[in-house]
Amino acid sequence: MTARTLYDKIWDDHLVDEAADGTCLLYIDRHLVHEVTSPQAFEGLRMTGRAVRAPEKTIAVPDHNVPTTLDRANAATMTEDSRIQVAALDKNAKDFGIQYYPVSDVRQGIVHIVGPEQGWTLPGMTVVCGDSHTATHGAFGSLAHGIGTSEVEHVLATQTLIQRKAKNMKVEITGSLRPGVTAKDITLSVIGETGTAGGTGYVIEYCGQAIRELSMEGRMTVCNMAIEGGARAGLIAPDEKTYAYCMGRPHAPKGAAWEAAVAYWKTLFSDEGAHWDKVVTLKGEDIAPVVTWGTSPEDVLPITGVVPNPADFTGGKVDAVQRSLDYMGLKPGQKLSDIAIDTVFIGSCTNGRIEDLRAAAAILKGKKKKDGIRAMVVPGSGLVRAQAEEEGLAQIFIDAGFEWRLAGCSMCLAMNPDQLAPGERCAATSNRNFEGRQGRGGRTHLLSPAMAAAAAITGRLTDVREMMV
Amino acid sequence: MQKFTTLTGIAAPMPLVNIDTDMIIPKQFLKTIARTGLGKNLFDEMRYNLDGTEIADFVLNQPAYRKAEIIIAGDNFGCGSSREHAPWALLDFGIRCVVATSFADIFYNNCFKNGILPVVMPQEVVEVLMADAKRGENARQTVDLVAQTVTTSDGQTFPFEVDAHRKHCLLNGLDDIGLTLEKATAIDSFEKKNAVSRPWA
Repeated sequence: MTARTLYDKIWDDHLVDEAADGTCLLYIDRHLVHEVTSPQAFEGLRMTGRAVRAPEKTIAVPDHNVPTTLDRANAATMTEDSRIQVAALDKNAKDFGIQYYPVSDVRQGIVHIVGPEQGWTLPGMTVVCGDSHTATHGAFGSLAHGIGTSEVEHVLATQTLIQRKAKNMKVEITGSLRPGVTAKDITLSVIGETGTAGGTGYVIEYCGQAIRELSMEGRMTVCNMAIEGGARAGLIAPDEKTYAYCMGRPHAPKGAAWEAAVAYWKTLFSDEGAHWDKVVTLKGEDIAPVVTWGTSPEDVLPITGVVPNPADFTGGKVDAVQRSLDYMGLKPGQKLSDIAIDTVFIGSCTNGRIEDLRAAAAILKGKKKKDGIRAMVVPGSGLVRAQAEEEGLAQIFIDAGFEWRLAGCSMCLAMNPDQLAPGERCAATSNRNFEGRQGRGGRTHLLSPAMAAAAAITGRLTDVREMMV
Repeated sequence: MQKFTTLTGIAAPMPLVNIDTDMIIPKQFLKTIARTGLGKNLFDEMRYNLDGTEIADFVLNQPAYRKAEIIIAGDNFGCGSSREHAPWALLDFGIRCVVATSFADIFYNNCFKNGILPVVMPQEVVEVLMADAKRGENARQTVDLVAQTVTTSDGQTFPFEVDAHRKHCLLNGLDDIGLTLEKATAIDSFEKKNAVSRPWA
């Protein structure tokens, strides 16, 4: 038999139909739904009299719009249009009989954190959601990617997706990471290397010792930003850490079914000699704590660097960098560690898991944020919040002067009231630094949770390694 | 879905790389439960001042391009979020075709579901089309999906590639779901087989 990649294997096991022209119909194991990209899809079903084909494989949770302040049970904390969107999801979940975690449920949170937490996401599955960060679930060795609303409707009605197969790309991170360097630094460094279109047309498999050494939480951070690298999906082959994470989760298989599942999951790896269309290799020990300086996730540099000069770039990037620097209010040659910030945001589907909060709390313990800095921690789910409280992390954040919020997407995309004012500068653990992403005129620097904590203490972008003993 | 066969119209030049979906339609406009009405907020933050007045030099505010139906842009158009609001906003404004050197995957897909044709052209062709578009409203370009060509206002014609299935759906305005439901038997038998081989899934 021909040697296959992990992506090839998952693809083959989900192929329902292949037309003569190569158009394929792929079966979808899990469909995650949130309030922003689904109302038009449910409306489409109603207009055509179609049902949800597999409601037991469809999971909905409101996350994008929901306020994260402690008073959110009060409907007045939401704008009218947000309230309508969340109410529409409530109704659609009920009418179509799909699995639902409403705002009032302690399990509510960001859809990409809830899926794995509840055991919906398992190795070897196909997972889709009307959200580009669905790539997160690839950490389990599942083929997971974002889709548009028309495709959401298509999956609801047929439990399949029309696809053409992507190419295979291998991203290998050799060796081990140095202290102070995290999964976020890996994924940003890869995008810095390949560019935001470097993965277009590919599914990436991340591998190598540094990836193996990551926890499941870290692997989710890496895969989460595969989309920022342009890839359709990012994957990591499952191993003992994956099985250990899944075991005992509410929707994971049990008993004999668990044994059968693990036996299957053990076949999910790229064969020796499998064909790769593109290979990128980074040395783990060369990766530094990084930050973004511009308005594209590819604008990445080690924290020890300086703001680049547009003249050092070529093609369309020359104008793009000038535009970025104007927007960001930065000058070429300025030291990145001299950039003062106003706000710190810790959270999002990239870095809103328990390990992220532990990493930030480890830096903040016994310290205070700088006066005048607005700092908030938004846990990725109600369960992450509860665990952080149990572990004493919440108290560390509160003592450091952070706001300790309820779960949601929050300031990652600023659809709820958590936004930057024009010109305000934020150290953010989220995934996009686009113009206006966190609020019109807001300036975003992406970094790891530990780096965000360090920035809160000093009030400027800071090399976290200086704070580690 | 609206069919797309051929289109002759004004092309707006947007010589920027990485035009992302947050630029195309900022998040505050995603709180709608309808597909229509987003055209007035297309490129909102590039198009309007904070007080709501127009930014005069933004391309779609210039008299020559207010009725543009084609956009010519740089690399990686539509990167970022999966929001279908981006093609909905383009369509609602009147844009039926975007030409760029490359597109982000999800945005590219979303266009075809909404009667918008995304055309990938090599850098040197995009430069010719960009220069032609900069000549203003009399410089109308023609996009012919049947022949798979784009023709400049002075008659230079360039071929492009498009997936046969997507072309067929766009030319005929076909609904994907209807086509897939014709394969319901194949889906049924896949589910039966799957219930045995991967019962936990």
